[in-house]
Amino acid sequence: MLNTSPVLEFKSSTFFAPILILFNNDMAAIEEALQDKISLAPEFFKDSPLIVDLRELNKQSQDLDFTQIVQILRRVGFFPIGIRGGNEQQNKQARALSIPLDTVREQNSSINIGETQKQETTPQPSVQPEVPIAQESTNPIPAPPAPAAATLVTQPIRSGQRIYASGDLIILSQVSAGAEIMAEGNIHVYNTLRGRALAGVHGNTAARIFCFDLQAELISIAGDYKTSEDLNKQTYANPVQIYLQNHALIIKEIA
Amino acid sequence: MARIIVVTSGKGGVGKTTTSAAIAMGLAKAGHKTAVIDFDVGLRNLDLILGCERRVVYDFINVINGEASLNQALIRDKNCNLLYILPASQTRDKDALTQEGVGKVLDELSKEFQYIVCDSPAGIEKGANLALYFADDAFVVTNPEISSVRDSDRMLGILSSKSRRAERNEEPIKEYLLLTRYDADRVKLGEMLSLEDVQEILSLHLLGIIPESKSVLSASNAGIPVILDEKSEAGQAYADVVARYLGEERPHRFIDGKQGFFRRLFGGRK
Ligand SMILES: Nc1ncnc2c1ncn2[C@@H]1O[C@H](COP(=O)(O)OP(=O)(O)OP(=O)(O)O)[C@@H](O)[C@H]1O
Ligand SMILES: [Mg+2]
Repeated sequence: MLNTSPVLEFKSSTFFAPILILFNNDMAAIEEALQDKISLAPEFFKDSPLIVDLRELNKQSQDLDFTQIVQILRRVGFFPIGIRGGNEQQNKQARALSIPLDTVREQNSSINIGETQKQETTPQPSVQPEVPIAQESTNPIPAPPAPAAATLVTQPIRSGQRIYASGDLIILSQVSAGAEIMAEGNIHVYNTLRGRALAGVHGNTAARIFCFDLQAELISIAGDYKTSEDLNKQTYANPVQIYLQNHALIIKEIA
Repeated sequence: MARIIVVTSGKGGVGKTTTSAAIAMGLAKAGHKTAVIDFDVGLRNLDLILGCERRVVYDFINVINGEASLNQALIRDKNCNLLYILPASQTRDKDALTQEGVGKVLDELSKEFQYIVCDSPAGIEKGANLALYFADDAFVVTNPEISSVRDSDRMLGILSSKSRRAERNEEPIKEYLLLTRYDADRVKLGEMLSLEDVQEILSLHLLGIIPESKSVLSASNAGIPVILDEKSEAGQAYADVVARYLGEERPHRFIDGKQGFFRRLFGGRK
């Protein structure tokens, strides 16, 4: 093997996936709730990887057949890639399906399904969390990165384009319908926002979206979102800011 | 070095081929040696609109595959000796169109021609992507209806991210709007989008508005680009487009069905 270039290399990396928290073991209800969520934003969820979080269910001693839930998820278009908080039986089923066990502790983003009552426990930011799934154990875990600088975009963002910023995202031109802008921090759009804007995609519930003219297809902060259907009911004459309060997106005109 | 223009839209049937033939003829008539290439492999019709379909021997794919030289494949236009057509293949499969092959042909054409007009197929697949990849300028052909505007917007995204200029981090492709098949009466009735509606979404430099006109069909049936029909409004509108592209300032017309009301027409937003 002398003088040949290496065949492979391991690197520490992270991978984004939403977490699905289940509160109820009624399969029919789960499937229906999933379909509802998906129909609101089909592109958003299509082929999305997903971690299934069973902690709540197991806390309430509600049993759930993991193989069956995986079947449902795949049927509606998700790729389940991890299980979190499963019991012994569920973990065994996951292993049989080659789905890794995720032991990450923090609560981060989620899609809440079958939620019946307000959770009084610690607020549960729902979102697109960063889920480390491939950390090489021999490497020290990197120190948390310094907050990223803002990303500035001056060209129009057209349908089909996506922009991702690891800090704040500042956009001076329009964002077309069919475009998607995402930031781990705040999003500012000093123009018309017609596409999708997702702020706080790592679960930062304090992130906000500011925009001059809100005509978005979808807005989301830390995973809580509204689609244009919800937005169209109201038109805004002035620039707005959008922030999260008790899991609800609040849209407020800026003077 | 030639200037490479792509005529593109995303949506089908909006008038790309009509536009390609017209502006290529207009540029040639203005004294610039111009080649127009049909990228619509399998659905060629540029040669029909230019009335040279019976003189097609070799095509674009033959040249890419080295089965014919460029000079063998290029057809000189019957109305203007500065205009040459490189037809698409009707029979071959699209896979023969490769980035490397297209690049070579454009390089060779660039030595001899001043303008190269690429008539893009509809869609956002390979043919359309190759037609725009090497472009310097893009004429985005849009009809005043929402699906066409949406598709143009999508195309603009591709122009700014998937072209050679974008990949090399060079100055971006210059994008121009051509609003075609514009029917002022239907716009007034609210059946079609107005120029303002379209510009609200696209905000592009407007090169011209081409009115819906019967002369387009009769011109293509006769195999003569409509720009040569100086009496037709569509022909005049295309002549304006070419003049504006070449740097002349001309007021926009055909917006209200008759001349006038130029006030709100200029340029994009602000
Ligand atoms: N200004 C116009 N007025 C009336 N008819 C027009 C006009 N422009 C184009 N057309 C008609 O629209 C049809 C489509 O035009 P054309 O072939 O140029 O479109 P295209 O965008 O090249 O289509 P494709 O996507 O199939 O390649 C033709 O029948 C043409 O005659
Ligand atoms: Mg065509």
